[in-house]
Amino acid sequence: MALLRFAVFRFLTMLATLVVVSVLVFLIITLPPGDYLSNQINELRATGQSAGIAKAEFLRAEYSLDQPLYKQYLIWAGFMPGPHGFAGLLQGEFGWSFEFDKPVADLVGGALWMTVLVNLAAVLFIYAVALPLGILAAAKSKTWVDYTSAFVGYLGLATPNFLLALILFYYGNRYLNLPIGGLMDPQYEGQPMSFGKMKSVLIHLIIPTFVIGTSGAAAMMQRLRANLLDELGKPYVETARAKGMSEPRMLTKYPLRVAFNPFVADIGTLLPSLISGSVLVSVVLGLQTIGPLLLSALKSQDLFLSAFVLMFVALLTLIGTLVSDLLLALLDPRIRFGGRER
Amino acid sequence: MTALLTVKNLSIGFGTDAPVVEDVSFTVEAGKTLALVGESGSGKTLSCRSALRILPAAAQMRSGSIVLCDREGGHPIDLMALSEKKMQDIRGNRVSMIFQEPMRSLSPLHRIGNQVSEALKLHRDFDAAERKKRVLAMFERVGFVDPARVYGSYPFELSGGMRQRAMIAMAMVGRPDILIADEPTTALDVTTQAQVLGLIKDLQAEYGMAVVLVTHDLGVVANMADDVVVMNRGRVMESGPAELILGDPQHPYTKDLMAAAPEIPATPADRPDEADRDYILEMRDVNKTYILKGSAPWKPKTVVNAVRGVDFGVERGKTLAVVGESGSGKTTCARMALGAERADAGASILFRETAGSEPVNLQDLDGDARLKFQRKAQMVFQDPYSTLNPRMRVKDALCEPLEIHGIGSPSDRIDRAVEILKWVGLNENMLTRYPHAFSGGQRQRLSIARALMLNPILLVCDEPTSALDVSVQEQVLQLLEDIRDRLNLSYLFISHDLAVVARIADEVAVMRSGLVVEQGPPEQLFYNPKHPYTKALIAAQPEPDISRPIDLKIVAQGAGSPSSWPEEFRFVGADAPPLTETDPGHKVRFHV
Repeated sequence: MALLRFAVFRFLTMLATLVVVSVLVFLIITLPPGDYLSNQINELRATGQSAGIAKAEFLRAEYSLDQPLYKQYLIWAGFMPGPHGFAGLLQGEFGWSFEFDKPVADLVGGALWMTVLVNLAAVLFIYAVALPLGILAAAKSKTWVDYTSAFVGYLGLATPNFLLALILFYYGNRYLNLPIGGLMDPQYEGQPMSFGKMKSVLIHLIIPTFVIGTSGAAAMMQRLRANLLDELGKPYVETARAKGMSEPRMLTKYPLRVAFNPFVADIGTLLPSLISGSVLVSVVLGLQTIGPLLLSALKSQDLFLSAFVLMFVALLTLIGTLVSDLLLALLDPRIRFGGRER
Repeated sequence: MTALLTVKNLSIGFGTDAPVVEDVSFTVEAGKTLALVGESGSGKTLSCRSALRILPAAAQMRSGSIVLCDREGGHPIDLMALSEKKMQDIRGNRVSMIFQEPMRSLSPLHRIGNQVSEALKLHRDFDAAERKKRVLAMFERVGFVDPARVYGSYPFELSGGMRQRAMIAMAMVGRPDILIADEPTTALDVTTQAQVLGLIKDLQAEYGMAVVLVTHDLGVVANMADDVVVMNRGRVMESGPAELILGDPQHPYTKDLMAAAPEIPATPADRPDEADRDYILEMRDVNKTYILKGSAPWKPKTVVNAVRGVDFGVERGKTLAVVGESGSGKTTCARMALGAERADAGASILFRETAGSEPVNLQDLDGDARLKFQRKAQMVFQDPYSTLNPRMRVKDALCEPLEIHGIGSPSDRIDRAVEILKWVGLNENMLTRYPHAFSGGQRQRLSIARALMLNPILLVCDEPTSALDVSVQEQVLQLLEDIRDRLNLSYLFISHDLAVVARIADEVAVMRSGLVVEQGPPEQLFYNPKHPYTKALIAAQPEPDISRPIDLKIVAQGAGSPSSWPEEFRFVGADAPPLTETDPGHKVRFHV
């Protein structure tokens, strides 16, 4: 019951945070002088093409870019009616991408799910690799198992991701016949989901997951190992041994539970760092995620597109921290009963 | 006389170094208590853990034999040769163990009931209901008022003494033949210690198990042991029946240990006449309340009365000792005496630099006045291991206070550091070393040296010896006394140990839950204690004399909740009775 109240409370603060983030995002994007349309108008004027100017001026008025900044924000967020009534984020209208000349929603739609898919796969990969290796390295610390896993880990950290991507593409294609680039075979693009499409997507996911996840897995493995080693020196471990527990059982029941906290707390920060970190990889691998979209939108000051992508990343972060907070409270009674502790 | 556990010629070493435990032999007899006595580093802990083979990974048992028999003295098993798997059947089943730090010896994330019943789950074929029944019965036996609640609690919800009881329940629930207790009460308050020791003794009488008690405290030994093994530097110095070893020690090391054990002296000393009191520090009407936030914004805040109506003074050149258990508010008093914490409004904490000079009220110090005060009042902390910056050389640590206050040139500062080091019994070639190169006692000397660098006139000592071995404690107390008399310092001395206080204090205030319950000169307080809590503190003090065992009844009554005190001392609701003077200078909190 207390947990439920905590969850509701955390959810409300998350909404408040989201509003603050939206202000910041909007402010930062509009901070540099000019915007996509005024840049375009200037360019058209300079080359004397007056036909385009009218359209650009029309778009400016249509999307209220001629209004003061705070009104622009309120209209974009959907707190205030624009020229066509309420049509902002709150109402599910994400705006217009000037660069691609399409509604943001159409542009981003498929990429959004692909982003979630790729990053979810990477997160699962990170946890699946880091958990057993980290435990093994701590349990067998200062043996060849530990040294080998540390060496592989450091290799993973030190190799630039895009380089790893190119190498894996080459050998993966040559020996395992893995596809190069993209997230599915071209014939499935734009098709509804089917068994064949799913299989194709999964096969295409193998290399990106590996590439995006390696460094994260290496870092997390080292962190888990260090945490676990700390815990192994604590007196309660000795108590468990003196009770007559076998080593593996003792390890998984006691120190691992405690060492798990930072692991869970990482969920929140893992998602955004994966998304922003994987932009380069996505470009190199030709993945249709929102990473490359964000990059070009920011370069061309495409206001609504970049704002939407940034809001999306922020939302993922907040959901991640919400999930990890709730999990932590479930896992650790000291957090759950924090108020009772003296 | 049946030997349960026989350790013969045991040697333990690390790597290729010389052994740290050498040629140690002892025998644990069924139903008896064997005490392994020694200071830290004597190898007593390694020796006792070798019986369970839970030594640090790098330690090797090099030679000797450890043989475990059943209660009839038959079926000997060589524990050194046993496979790890079979060893797990011994641990927690036939031989179980409790540890020094009850705060950290239980997993913080698992419920007490889960951790305790695990011992049964590992070694007995009971079903879940039967396990729980037995654990609850054991909880009741170790003195939990509400076993079912404890079963579902987490360790952080219990106090230190309660956790140690839970540990004992965990060790005892499997009905072991041998209970190994490694400094089981060192981390506890003296009254809690007395109760836990009493519990172990009762359980032993009831279940007939043998106890191996590892301790550095001869007082504990005298109360518990049938046989004693005195260890020093990994070797057995002397062993034999307790009455012989404590009554007539033969080995010089045992004699030294006996001499160093602090004791409440047996005859009262004469008290000099009352003169006009010259207080260097006065704390009048001091209250301190903390407001704890609720766990969530809508939860109510809790108000904690850490210190209530404290009213005492430190005389110039004298020592005022504040004694109490953890949570009694004594450290809060120390912090307020240094201006590190502000008391609630209405308090006056007055500091007089010289006799008769205009007092400074620490309550409203600011800027320069505070800086000036800080030069005159310094603190010596409890834990010498964590109060020295491990990355600063002794020289830098000592000179830093002078640098902060801009006193002297760099070479003056070094000269002063050399001088002070001599005062505290260290020498000047130690100046370039780092703290890790010093032992606990030497570090505490360094802490004292650092406090003296600014030439203060008031020292606040917060449990300066409670982290030290007895013989080192003795030396540090001697040093504190010497420099007090030599430099005419005044001490506010915080401690939980009455025996330490008996030696150094000119006036003692006993605190319980934020209140001073009794206050007076030590000779009055120790020979004519009035308050049940003071009586409990004195009774709980283990004496290294078999003929003076701890009287648990007095301890239990005085250390219990105020409602268990005799009528005239009880609280009315939350209000305590007033502090009333019974003899000149001797105040007791009771209803007249």
